[in-house]
Amino acid sequence: MNPPRAAWLFLAPALLVLGVFFLLPVLGALVLSLTDYDLYALADLHNLRFVALGNYWELLHRPLFWSALGHTVYFVAVGVPLSMGASLGAAMLLNSPLARCKPLFRTALFAPVVTTVVAVAVIWRYLFNTRYGMANYVLGLVGVHPVDWLGDPHWAMPTIILFAVWKNFGYNMVIFLAGLQAIPPELYEAARIDGASAWRQFRHITLPMLKPTLLMVGILTVSGYFQLFAEPYVMTEGGPLQSTVSVLYLMYDEGFKWWNLGSASAVAFLLFVIMFAVTALMLKLSRHGEEP
Amino acid sequence: MNPRLAKALVNGLLLGGAVVALFPLLWMLSVSFMAPGEAGALPPPLLPAHPGWANYRELFLRAGMGRYLLNSVLVSGAITALSLVFNLMAGYAFAKLRFAGRERLFRALLGALMIPTQVAMLPLFLLLKYAGLVNSYAGVVMPGMAAVFGIFLVRQYARGIPDELLEAARIDGAGEWRIFVRIVLPLLKPIIATLAIFSFLAAWNDFMWPLIVLTGQEHYTLPIGLASLAREHAQDSELMMAGSVVTVLPVLLLFLSLQRYYLQGLLLGSVKG
Repeated sequence: MNPPRAAWLFLAPALLVLGVFFLLPVLGALVLSLTDYDLYALADLHNLRFVALGNYWELLHRPLFWSALGHTVYFVAVGVPLSMGASLGAAMLLNSPLARCKPLFRTALFAPVVTTVVAVAVIWRYLFNTRYGMANYVLGLVGVHPVDWLGDPHWAMPTIILFAVWKNFGYNMVIFLAGLQAIPPELYEAARIDGASAWRQFRHITLPMLKPTLLMVGILTVSGYFQLFAEPYVMTEGGPLQSTVSVLYLMYDEGFKWWNLGSASAVAFLLFVIMFAVTALMLKLSRHGEEP
Repeated sequence: MNPRLAKALVNGLLLGGAVVALFPLLWMLSVSFMAPGEAGALPPPLLPAHPGWANYRELFLRAGMGRYLLNSVLVSGAITALSLVFNLMAGYAFAKLRFAGRERLFRALLGALMIPTQVAMLPLFLLLKYAGLVNSYAGVVMPGMAAVFGIFLVRQYARGIPDELLEAARIDGAGEWRIFVRIVLPLLKPIIATLAIFSFLAAWNDFMWPLIVLTGQEHYTLPIGLASLAREHAQDSELMMAGSVVTVLPVLLLFLSLQRYYLQGLLLGSVKG
């Protein structure tokens, strides 16, 4: 058997799976988003009509879509910097020569990452219960009035953000830690001899050296956070007053609760386009920063 | 700053962080052994007064948790085994076998990573519905049988295998499949462990797709079963904590025992190139 033929045989199973269960459905979603596929079409395909960009047009005029997008952007814009800040902070502490029992601390800080979102979201729902939750009890000890964490439309999303930071920061922490360890220690030594403060060392050595890592981690985290779904599904069911309905939550409701699969596909595609645009913008901004 | 103070600060912050990270998990474990209603007292109790297995008994005997656990093990095990075979084969081909368009095809696959998987879910549901596979194990397992990330990971690792080794085997007349099984797979052992634990954890923790495709309780995996229990039993915190323990403990233990491989995969996957 000649190598090229062998190569294709080795590739065939994986490519077949990816083609049938991912590529084909993605193209299908594009077609589906141009039709009015709904409960009637699900029962009898003859009810299916082509509506061109009708679904997109309708979505752009639906307040619920804009509020879902707003909530998602809020989650990304606040959650990503907080997450990455916590990751970087933890990584720098672990990288410090003064830190002891490093493997133990690293494992402890990483543990939330491998847990199941649904299970830990259930835990948080009780810890942040208004009446007998641990969070309000501890706050009460220092004289803060009880907060209706998940029942107040203004607090529900911040609580979900806090949860996401707790759950995810360990992942990027490990990547940052590897990045920090790759910075040559001579750079810091030279800076210390020149009398640079800790802040200036961070600003002029750590940050520039970590820049490629920061960009990559930033893009991956933004993409991940745009896909917010399980947290509101378990913690708030999109409430209160739909204040935690994310774009994917809207897609799920639209598609699998109301069976408007055409319109739900349009939601999915709009999310993809927005994520793509944001990623491209981040790449462009980072290149722009390099020029001067 | 004086060095002793700096040392205390760094370690104090790390300790504080570790407490924040672990407290919810330890609290879950403790509450799961409390009697019904005990956790609703003020101030919130930290340890059960009379620890017991009542919540677990209730979960397994009445709430069908045993079935969910079995489903999760079956589904995650099948996804791990199948995707391991397919990803290893494809990753090796991309790394070591020459064919026209190899780099272009690989770059196209990486490009596909940009597309959020949820885009595919609606048509995939229809596809499986017409194939009669909605609400079956196959419906959850089949889309997970290969993953671009896994192929990428294997390719990165397999590129380190010396070509001379493979050429020598070819000159000796060994077939390509034999070379793969006898020479390549043993060399890929570390990445096999990494990939296995990655796939298993991802499959175990997966939520949205199983939620969509599994419509009947008899096929629910743990996360789906737990989410549905949480809606029915919102007030029974002790019962729900026991459910969370059953869901989280297996993956936590798996991670703790294979941590080295997991973190290695995380770092390999984050270095694009």
